[in-house]
Amino acid sequence: MAALVLLETTATQLRSASLPAVTAARELAKYHGGPVVGVVIGAGVAAAAADAARFVDTVVCMDHPGLAAALAETWAPLLARTLKETGGTALVASATALGKDILPRAAALLGAGMASDVVAVLGPKSFRRPTYAGNAITEVEVTTATVVCTARQTEFAPAAPAAGVGAVVNKDAGVLDALGSEFVALHATKSARPDLAEAKVVVSGGRGMKEAANFRVLEELTDLLGGALGASRAACDAGMVPNDLQVGQTGKVVAPELYIAVGLSGAIQHLAGMKSSKVIVAINKDPEAPIFQVADYGLVATWEAALPQLIAGIKKLKST
Amino acid sequence: MKILVPCKRVPNPELKLKVAGGAVDLADTTWQVNPFDEYAVEAALRLTEKCKGGERSGEVVVVSIGPKDTATQLRQLLAMGADRAILVGGDDAALDADLVARILKALTEAEKPDLVLMGKQAVDGDDNQVGQILAGYLGWPQATFLSAITLAVDGKSAKVCREVDTGVEERRVRLPAVATVDLRIIGKKAVRNEALAGPEVEWEDTQRLASLKGIMAAKKKGLKEITLDSLGVKASLSVKTLRHDSPPARKAGIKVASVEDLVAKLHTEAKVI
Repeated sequence: MAALVLLETTATQLRSASLPAVTAARELAKYHGGPVVGVVIGAGVAAAAADAARFVDTVVCMDHPGLAAALAETWAPLLARTLKETGGTALVASATALGKDILPRAAALLGAGMASDVVAVLGPKSFRRPTYAGNAITEVEVTTATVVCTARQTEFAPAAPAAGVGAVVNKDAGVLDALGSEFVALHATKSARPDLAEAKVVVSGGRGMKEAANFRVLEELTDLLGGALGASRAACDAGMVPNDLQVGQTGKVVAPELYIAVGLSGAIQHLAGMKSSKVIVAINKDPEAPIFQVADYGLVATWEAALPQLIAGIKKLKST
Repeated sequence: MKILVPCKRVPNPELKLKVAGGAVDLADTTWQVNPFDEYAVEAALRLTEKCKGGERSGEVVVVSIGPKDTATQLRQLLAMGADRAILVGGDDAALDADLVARILKALTEAEKPDLVLMGKQAVDGDDNQVGQILAGYLGWPQATFLSAITLAVDGKSAKVCREVDTGVEERRVRLPAVATVDLRIIGKKAVRNEALAGPEVEWEDTQRLASLKGIMAAKKKGLKEITLDSLGVKASLSVKTLRHDSPPARKAGIKVASVEDLVAKLHTEAKVI
């Protein structure tokens, strides 16, 4: 039966954050023996639904002015209804803030068991997922007829467009009841850099950066490498950078080609968010810092001494 | 304002986790309140106070599900200032998010709080589901991953800030509601009950510790132990844990002697710059 995937979009496009979920949905669809049905919800999202149709067999689109904000109160019932109407047996989304907020509520409405933040699909109802801040990998099996899961973005390859373009089916959203919840504003962190979860290079600073102004040199390194800036919880808590830069168990999970940790000790909770990175570089003045245990290349040095040299070295390399 | 705060006990996250033979060995661990839930208790106390340790109005009820020992963690929360505690007997290893949510639904219907406030996830299972499922079962609004909450003066709604991937999202929610908190909820200006405290109110940027006076007072506070049967909840699981394994270890890296060495290795060996 059908595997449904909640697709996040802008007004005109599928968000790349949802492509890993499409991959997970394709894997589930094989086990469930049905098509992949994308679900697009929003206000003025007809163009986005058409774009999303390149990746799935069918898109069910619910377009309504009352759906502009992604409220679990209105979106979860629509997901549950769509699953029933399409004869779906699986529902997946990427483990973004939106997916994590809405899917458990949809699972409740469906009476379905849910596996969070899965890193592998093992069967029609079984998954592998990290627990204990990534210190254990746990195999779980959903026992209900319908299966719900969120997919960790870094562990499923972004889906490529399908062989053919799927049909878009527009459905009336019906009567919406937000239960009094109301979107007020999004205070977005402005950044011209790539998204943390998708960047090929991530440069992160920790408590050792001491103060916000010192992140400028990290930003220079980040931009030189075309990467995204990250931080440890300690650096976020100290107010050096905004909270949405936090990498770790309770922040963002990243797995770039290159992760450079500077002045960052490497608490278990931080490692949980970056240890799947392909190449890890650690620069820390403390030779005993735990970050060195996961680093491919460790340099015992202060950031004050190392970063200007590193920036100069990379510039020189790029100019030759 | 009555606030129900579900709290999970978790193994000490700072201790090295023992994983062997497809299972996690917690025999030698020490147990503590899930940090996010402890922050929820702190936030709930702030919502019932004029200022830290000041005049209070409202009730904070903490609830946990676990073996008898879990009373230790509940007593600690009572010593912090919670008014009473409920312990639902259960086995830590035989719970899933859905069962916890069904238990909390039964308790919420019995206690009728204005707000259920809890951590966004437990740091052992890392599910991040219970609050959302509970809200779904109750048909209540939900406000997840909160970094701030301000209760309206009439106690009928709250303005919240949510931590999302691109920044901070502001919402208004009607009460009663289920809310889950993120780390920043214990910030100095993160929590306020307009009926009790003015905009000038400022808290310490950490959760309070139990004072000696609090510990003595906690001994006299109510801690009710109840069973699943008494709540009419069936102990079935919708997600079964099959096995636990250690994550694949990274191969040991090397220390480089200089920045030049690092740049050279990243270029010629790792080929990432």
